[in-house]
Amino acid sequence: MELAEHGRLDYLVFECLAERTVALAQLDRLRDPDSGYNEWLEERMEAVLEPCARQGTRIITNMGAANPTAAARVVAEVARRLGLDGLRIATVTGDDVLHLVKGTHLPLLDGPGRAASTVSDLHKTVVSANAYLGATPIIETLAQGADVVVTGRVADPSLFLAPLMHEFGWPPTDWPLLARGTAVGHLLECAGQLTGGYYADPGTKDVPDLARLGFPLAEVAEDGSFTVTKVPGSGGRLTLATVTEQLLYEVHDPAAYLTPDVTADFSHAHLTHLAEDRVAVTGITGRERPITLKASVGYRDGFLAHGEISYAGPGAVARAREAARIVQQRLTRAEFPVTEARYDLIGVDAVHRGTGTDPTTAVEPAEVRLRVAARTETLLQARRLGREVASLWLNGPCGGAGVTREARENIAITSVLLPRELVMPATGVQLNTAGATP
Amino acid sequence: MKLHELAHARSGDKGSTADISVIAYRPAHYPHLRALLTPDRIRAHFPDLPPGPIHRYEIPSLHALKFVLHDALDGGVTRSLRLDAHGKSLAACLLEMDVPAPPTTDAKD
Repeated sequence: MELAEHGRLDYLVFECLAERTVALAQLDRLRDPDSGYNEWLEERMEAVLEPCARQGTRIITNMGAANPTAAARVVAEVARRLGLDGLRIATVTGDDVLHLVKGTHLPLLDGPGRAASTVSDLHKTVVSANAYLGATPIIETLAQGADVVVTGRVADPSLFLAPLMHEFGWPPTDWPLLARGTAVGHLLECAGQLTGGYYADPGTKDVPDLARLGFPLAEVAEDGSFTVTKVPGSGGRLTLATVTEQLLYEVHDPAAYLTPDVTADFSHAHLTHLAEDRVAVTGITGRERPITLKASVGYRDGFLAHGEISYAGPGAVARAREAARIVQQRLTRAEFPVTEARYDLIGVDAVHRGTGTDPTTAVEPAEVRLRVAARTETLLQARRLGREVASLWLNGPCGGAGVTREARENIAITSVLLPRELVMPATGVQLNTAGATP
Repeated sequence: MKLHELAHARSGDKGSTADISVIAYRPAHYPHLRALLTPDRIRAHFPDLPPGPIHRYEIPSLHALKFVLHDALDGGVTRSLRLDAHGKSLAACLLEMDVPAPPTTDAKD
């Protein structure tokens, strides 16, 4: 809200679609054709539509998820309730490529190992396939005067590049400019991760007032040079260090960050500290875009079970390890067909990796929590695992405390590459009038 | 000394691939980190990693190194049974590495 009210923005972008989110949204839509968009869409639009309309800030968001058309109806309804007349609300669709992918021999980039190497090996478990669209269809809607653009799967940086290409008339083959706009998007897309979130380390990397962390904005010039900053007085920090961490975040090869729009090269990036919470970014260049588009493929991947129980006081670690042995033995004896299982002690070795701590000299923690996780073929098998952990209350080591358990179907994601000419984005723009029925 | 005293780091993920940036606090320490932090040294620090390749990229203008650990995340966030399915804690655990102190320098950064 700070950004919408005080950022003096031309464009406000909500990037809200994680890798698996769109697959879960597709399942929602199968159950109810009017659902399948982001659950917070209505609340967010209620908060920002009025200040954005008042200040002429245009909104771009991928909160349409699996159903941009239904999401656009929600935006129109919120606008109507707020008495905002004459908003143009646009949709970008065409990212759903299930028909192009299902049953094909397209190789999987990150599959479930030996069990499947192409889409056809996943058989009927495939539930969704969404291609990462680029900036072009968003630009089309902006050229038609869209005030709010609701998309499904679009590459995160493309949501930010599109308005820059639209405003500055950047040609879609001017790779260095597109790379700079992509860098803007890459820095802003994780929001608070640029301003001290996922960075703070008290005593080493102190960040003030994370509880009201200010989200970032970029001021971009026509030549693609830009400065990132945040609203004065908001929480967090924006420094050379936070910008370096986020510029390199998840890019793999910094000289070849691939998007639908460009191959961006951040490997010679240069950052300049201009003032408190203001950093200039230069040295970004780019090359021709990839000839393929990446698509995320969602598939039913069996069932996951978790069960946890805590132990405290003297010998807590030994009791938790004994509890793990009991569950492990019982799962074997009862012909419990887990395909894969893990037994970790939260507080000892559940998320800690590496050789930096010597477990033989580590201080005994005051409490630990056993976590058992398993993959099963049926929901009933997954629920039995929780029952075994719950049995530790009465039948395990002394002082077992706070059992929790969960069993659910797992939807996993893999990726394929598609020839880009097969993917056909579609756009639509609707004028919203106060009296109209959405 | 610990790597934590010379550098900060951030973990990310794409599918089953982990992605770790290591950034020298002082640009003058970048050559020291570049000499120390080879892919083999990273693998030795994480002995339970699956055997996928580890690639290193150098970004001298940001005094940073990038490590891409292929197939390191047991299927990644949508499949792994690990509590930390993203590998978010990998960067912090890497910073626990014992490293020799950098050569003394008068460089003012």
